[in-house]
Amino acid sequence: MKFTEEHEWLRAEDDVVVVGITEHATTQLGDIVFVELPEVGTTVVKDEEIVVIESVKAASDIMAPIDGEIVEVNTTLADNPALANEDALGAGWFFKIKPSDSSQMDGYMDEAAYNALIA
Amino acid sequence: MSDLLHTPLHQLHVALGAKMVPFAGYSMPVQYPMGVMQEHLHTRKKAGLFDVSHMGQVIIKGADYLAAATALEALIPVDIARLGRDRQRYGFFTNEAGGILDDLMLANRGDHIFMVVNAGCKAADITYLKANLDGFVVIEITDRALLALQGPAAEAVLSALDSKAANMRFMDVTSLSLLGTECWVSRSGYTGEDGYEISVPACQAEALAKELLAHEDVEPVGLGARDSLRLEAGLCLYGQDMDDGLNPVEASLSWAIQKVRRSNGARAAGFPGADIILTALETGTDRHRVGLKPEGRAPMRQGVPLFQSESDANQIGFITSGGFGPSVGGPVAMGIVADGLHQPGTVLYGELRGKRLPVTVTSLPFIPANFKR
Repeated sequence: MKFTEEHEWLRAEDDVVVVGITEHATTQLGDIVFVELPEVGTTVVKDEEIVVIESVKAASDIMAPIDGEIVEVNTTLADNPALANEDALGAGWFFKIKPSDSSQMDGYMDEAAYNALIA
Repeated sequence: MSDLLHTPLHQLHVALGAKMVPFAGYSMPVQYPMGVMQEHLHTRKKAGLFDVSHMGQVIIKGADYLAAATALEALIPVDIARLGRDRQRYGFFTNEAGGILDDLMLANRGDHIFMVVNAGCKAADITYLKANLDGFVVIEITDRALLALQGPAAEAVLSALDSKAANMRFMDVTSLSLLGTECWVSRSGYTGEDGYEISVPACQAEALAKELLAHEDVEPVGLGARDSLRLEAGLCLYGQDMDDGLNPVEASLSWAIQKVRRSNGARAAGFPGADIILTALETGTDRHRVGLKPEGRAPMRQGVPLFQSESDANQIGFITSGGFGPSVGGPVAMGIVADGLHQPGTVLYGELRGKRLPVTVTSLPFIPANFKR
């Protein structure tokens, strides 16, 4: 698993990468009440804002961590956005992206480096 | 950050694990470990304890209550003179343009008026009172904390400390003896729930807060849930839902101006902006504060522009307060909209991230008030 400074996690699964946000991020955001996800089939570029998260406190944007095509989104978040708080690293995933350049993953932190960042 | 003021409960907030944020010059708890959503729901179900010590507490004294009340009526367009003894009333300072300088609660305490004003306005309010109430005593109370105990369990919790609490009705004020200390208590709040606001000497505030929190039905609640609770209750926040550029009629606060202060009333006018406000009461205004219910789940927050249709270019209003309403289970908002588009049921469109999403004008409050009248 890789982590970004924007508190996203990326997990490679076969030829796609699953993306969500970390427990640290969901704790900071507070109770999440709305998640707007990109449409399946959208081609996105790194650092493009593609997810909107609304918590009880504020709205935040999540950026595409890598270039690629959105191949699946977590539709259960539409009805149950709190899943992102309850299981940030598992059932609360946001989208799956098919990377156009998987070497972009290499620039991100491993778990130890991320834990040091948020410590 | 270092020059933020602390309330007498600061150490308790920190000990309780609160997330502290700067607010109106104070370091205040925005939430506790329970989180905004649960704190909100707990307040509606049982009781929440809020620290509102940042708000201004002011005493105004003249020869007697009536003298002070009469003088204050020159600044505030409500019936203060005939406010009953040990009763509280909502009001606001107006300016010459008819706008609102601050909103407040004032109480008839027999030989004086006790007033609670917004934290962000209190310095200006006190300067204004002193400048305009020549010959009266205006005292800012700085040695007392202010706690709010809100929710359906509040009566049982507070009357365990002084049984007289149970005899109070909504907007009554009295002195109660809580843990042997005289507290100035009103049966009111800012959540739409039954409850009390308690002015307690600063040195006793932590002991009282701990005693209240020791009750199994009481949880500490921060500013985050205070905002969502008041929004669901349809209550205005000064600086967002009203300000010095909006008159009380536009702000849908006409109910607060009693007949006696209106045209043909026994004490009509005589307050700043009276011409504008009294004319607006008679002829109406071209904009109104309304409740707004966004469709779907996306909250619409302060500043979101409103339109009459999905394509119309002319903005007809804007959101003044908005967010997620935990008890409603969806987004709720208030806003200012043009006259004619303010009737409940009217569908408007809020522009959010480049998309226009439907919003329905809704009567306030979103959650029925639970006061003990």
